[in-house]
Amino acid sequence: MNAEALPVATRRSSARLFLHQLRAEQLVFWRSREAAFFIFLFPLLLFVLLGSVYSGTIDGAPAPQALLAGLIGYGGANTAFAGLAIQLVLRRESAILKRLRATPLPAGTYIGALLVSTLVVFALQTLALFLLGRILYGTPFPSAPGSLVAAVVIGAAAFATLGAATASFIRSGEGSSAVVNFILLPMAFLTGSFGPTRHYPAFLRAIGDVLPLKYFVDLVNAVYLRGHGFWTQPEALAVLGAWGAVGLVLAAAKFRWEPRER
Amino acid sequence: MSAISVRGLRKSYGTLEAVRGVDFEIAEGEVFGLLGPNGAGKTTTVEILEGYRSRDAGEVRVLGHDPQRPGPDFRERIGVVLQQSELWPNLTVRETHAIFAGYYRRSRDVDEVIELVGLADKADARVKSLSGGQKRRLDLGIALVGDPDLVFLDEPTTGFDPAARRAAWEMIRSLRSLGKTVLLTTHYLDEAEQLADRVAVMREGRIVRVGTPADLTTTELQTEIRFRRDGEEVLLRTDEPTRVLAELTAEAVARGEELEGLEVRRPTLEEVYLALTEEPAEAGA
Repeated sequence: MNAEALPVATRRSSARLFLHQLRAEQLVFWRSREAAFFIFLFPLLLFVLLGSVYSGTIDGAPAPQALLAGLIGYGGANTAFAGLAIQLVLRRESAILKRLRATPLPAGTYIGALLVSTLVVFALQTLALFLLGRILYGTPFPSAPGSLVAAVVIGAAAFATLGAATASFIRSGEGSSAVVNFILLPMAFLTGSFGPTRHYPAFLRAIGDVLPLKYFVDLVNAVYLRGHGFWTQPEALAVLGAWGAVGLVLAAAKFRWEPRER
Repeated sequence: MSAISVRGLRKSYGTLEAVRGVDFEIAEGEVFGLLGPNGAGKTTTVEILEGYRSRDAGEVRVLGHDPQRPGPDFRERIGVVLQQSELWPNLTVRETHAIFAGYYRRSRDVDEVIELVGLADKADARVKSLSGGQKRRLDLGIALVGDPDLVFLDEPTTGFDPAARRAAWEMIRSLRSLGKTVLLTTHYLDEAEQLADRVAVMREGRIVRVGTPADLTTTELQTEIRFRRDGEEVLLRTDEPTRVLAELTAEAVARGEELEGLEVRRPTLEEVYLALTEEPAEAGA
């Protein structure tokens, strides 16, 4: 093997390994009915339900469009935060993570493929929400699709770091779904994912104002409802970035490959 | 060349000294059994060799690597069966093997491995539908799919019924015929006796004896000679069974008597093991 051939071969095999693992993650995700239902279908179901309840306008936008934006927000948090946290806890506690550590699969490739797989699920979900909105309520497709893609990626990244961090604080697989939904559902209500928060008491709105989901929904609103570029929302980007950074630091510091000692 | 070499290995968890100075060598192609009661330090030792844990002191080489800072091909060459682990419940046996096969530069044919571990008729079954014994065979299959030179088996038959254990033993014997080096931990003596070329008995973080199962039974305890004299049971323990027996029988023949119920037996590995692991700790051993 000559010195120049080695890096190319290594690069090619890392790309091959990454795609192999991404395919494996997709297979594992879609094969699990619980994951496919609660993570992928649930936001779509909520869209149908809430869409038939609300009519007229919400904060100046047609109700179905405002709900669509809110449910993209909820979908991002549900997929990247709740879904990732639950999967990581289950895999850690059942020693799948530990078992994988004994294979040549590099840790970075594993985590990278898991994150991209999560993003793929969320992107498909967002697409499904737009198609559903179009069919049921005649909602338009985004006028700034590039900015919407950017918003989806930024939101998924921020929530994924928070999901990975949260996984490190959950002790058992059985409790993981309850714990993450105890965080996620109130957050979704307080930040307007399921409908307007105008009439909420001030203290509840104040709590909502510090949560990352509010800023993700703001970002999607700006891009989808008002057609702004994602870069025109410095406040939303800064808060999401800050939450993402906190999540990343905690996730990196607390991540464990092995189950708790039994 | 040794597949594994361990010198002066130590590991503590807080104030608990799990491993207190362990030395052993495992030759290539050898099946080596690490035997001892729960809490003797077997799993800690094996997990240091697998690269899961750091050590506090000692020299460790596994296939020429320091498992704490392994080179890139270390994990290509080892196969691991953990004491407790589960796999993705909704994938099939074949899909699970194929995923693991993809991690290795040179892997074995997936269907061949499934056949080898006796899951051919379950290849398309979901993992969650497998019995406990079948799940352990799946664990072994994915440990072999990368065609490793060295296989770690941590208590591979704990919780098995007798038929499943015998089937697992057959598979482990087949690893030897493939030329693999195997490090097996177990707290079952018959398992070590059946499978291992050499056995190390661990107790309280130390290795108290190493040898072939036959060595341990011939050198550790004295041979027992039993017979009845005037209706009473007589038991002699001796290091020189041939001489003692010759004297006894010569006397009996001279008196024209028969030694009733004469029996000569070597201690079983189980008796040796119990003697080793239950005797009070030797100071400084």
